[in-house]
Amino acid sequence: MKKTILALAATASMFAMAAPAQAQMGQVKACFIYVGPIGDFGWSYQHDQGRLYVEEQLGDKVETAYLESVPEGADAERAIERFARSGCNIIFTTSFGYMDATNAVAERYPDIKFEHATGYKREHPNVATYDSRFYQGRYIIGQIAAEMSETGSAGYIGSFPIPEVVQGINAFLLGAQSINPDFELKIVWVNSWFDPGREADAARALIDQGVDILTQHTDSTGPMQVAAERGIYAFGQASDMAEFGPETQLTSIVDDWGPYYLERIQAVLDGTWEQTETWAGLAEGHVVMAEYANMPDEVKAQAEATEASIESGEFHPFTGPINKQDGSEWLADGAVAEDSELRSLNFYVEGVDDELPQ
Amino acid sequence: MGLFEAILFSVMTAATPLVLAAIGELVVERSGVLNLGVEGMMIMGAVVAFAGAQLSGSAFVGVLCGLLAGAAFSLLFGFLTLTLVANQVATGLALTILGLGLSGMIGERFIGLPGVRLPVLNVPGLSDVPIVGRVLFGQDLLFYLSIALVVGVAWFLFRTRAGLKLRAIGDNHGSAHALGVPVIRTRYLAVLFGGACAGLAGAHLSLVYTPQWVENMSAGRGWIALALVVFASWRPWRLLAGAYLFGAVSIGQLHAQALGIGIPSQFMSMLPYLATILVLVLISMDRRLTLINRPASLAQPFVPER
Repeated sequence: MKKTILALAATASMFAMAAPAQAQMGQVKACFIYVGPIGDFGWSYQHDQGRLYVEEQLGDKVETAYLESVPEGADAERAIERFARSGCNIIFTTSFGYMDATNAVAERYPDIKFEHATGYKREHPNVATYDSRFYQGRYIIGQIAAEMSETGSAGYIGSFPIPEVVQGINAFLLGAQSINPDFELKIVWVNSWFDPGREADAARALIDQGVDILTQHTDSTGPMQVAAERGIYAFGQASDMAEFGPETQLTSIVDDWGPYYLERIQAVLDGTWEQTETWAGLAEGHVVMAEYANMPDEVKAQAEATEASIESGEFHPFTGPINKQDGSEWLADGAVAEDSELRSLNFYVEGVDDELPQ
Repeated sequence: MGLFEAILFSVMTAATPLVLAAIGELVVERSGVLNLGVEGMMIMGAVVAFAGAQLSGSAFVGVLCGLLAGAAFSLLFGFLTLTLVANQVATGLALTILGLGLSGMIGERFIGLPGVRLPVLNVPGLSDVPIVGRVLFGQDLLFYLSIALVVGVAWFLFRTRAGLKLRAIGDNHGSAHALGVPVIRTRYLAVLFGGACAGLAGAHLSLVYTPQWVENMSAGRGWIALALVVFASWRPWRLLAGAYLFGAVSIGQLHAQALGIGIPSQFMSMLPYLATILVLVLISMDRRLTLINRPASLAQPFVPER
């Protein structure tokens, strides 16, 4: 009798201990919301590659679903809510503009985990955010550009003047200036993430004005193709675009979401998921440099060295002394920019010959 | 190639898909039918042209495939609105939505493949003329076709008996029918022509502009073509001027940005639309003339009395 009571008590205490933690699961349903078509061969395409990677790795233990081309705004909330009702255990919302919608739905479904890409609001314990340090790659390609350019000027096709893009422009120029202090950057904004035609037009305009290296912060392969046609070098964006310019692409800053998605979905399976704020880069493998091609060995070696020092944390692209565009001091000698400062970056560094659209 | 020549060349490239799609829609609207599905037919043309070029290895086969795809897709619109007398506005919108989705599905296996570019056909002798030589005579098949179509449509509408009949149908299908003009048959042909032109515009996108297939690559150009038709008050030459103006300002603003003149880029991106609206409004100031040009039975359903 005493034994039974003890056993019961033990079981009860075990339950009591287990209760606040999350239960392990046999199968998880992971759902993804994309802002563009999965066939954009850029941003949404790479997120979908991450989803496929998880399916491949976890097999039967995961079931995935996705909705593509979901507009940011009122539609987004409905789409997320629909997923929440259809039995998803974890929902990834993969665009900045889904931020408020994600938090609103998360409040109503406390048992479902929400993961929002590139945002900063985590209003409920079941919302995590994640992003990548693309600027690390931009510093490397800036260095390569300065080495490879004969005219000393590169063309930069921008989408929207948001902090992420401004980070990229600044990092690119800082990298280039570390090789050639007089390096010039011509910037054209196309005010769109995805418009192959207009991006190609911007590329043509920049090349006609004498740049001999092209880089872009827009999502299509249009500019790469124009660069190939005109016989100049270019850098890819989001995915490896070498096929569109085998003799053109120097390297590409590739987004690799697979490992992160796997880790987070595994955490739900294990019952260990927690709210987190992830901003990972080269070191964690979230940002990957495509093969360094079409360049002399010493340029390649230098790029690899820079990559290694950023990866090891030895070097941060935003290390002082750095002045703002107007010449005033931003970072003192040896000072490193705070993450919070980078997240809201809204000014250029010295040497950018463009007025930042506000 | 000098900078000015290079800019002109880019302008032509940017304007050609608009000219192609808009000249087709102009004929459709002149016959009294409003097909808002230009964007959908264009993207179908783009994906099928790309697929055709990939599978056959020839960009010319691709162009033909794009043309046929646009025409076939417009036939669906024709059947719904002309035979079943469905609402033209709703059907046109549905055609656009269907086209965007269907093209994504067809194009799935072509994502990430480098395309086949339509070759440049130099006109012997003329393509070496300084400045305008390459711009006008060193282009590809679709550019020459776009100019030929504008000339052809202008001639057909205003200089031939068949063109007169088509315009008569567009202005008053009841009277035209009473006079024995085959309203439905003519409209079917006009819709097919519009679809074929939109398909060619799509082929231009996926074989010349950016020789690749990506979903939604038309990025709203079908809607711009539609707007051009209205703003050009259904006149072929004005339409050509409007399309080139639009192209000139959209390329010009990119160059202005690259030169680093300090005007906000958001304003610059707006400029092509603003300039086109402004100029076309100015040239159609005469309200009376605009009303004469506007097909009076545009988007009106037609059921022949038996």
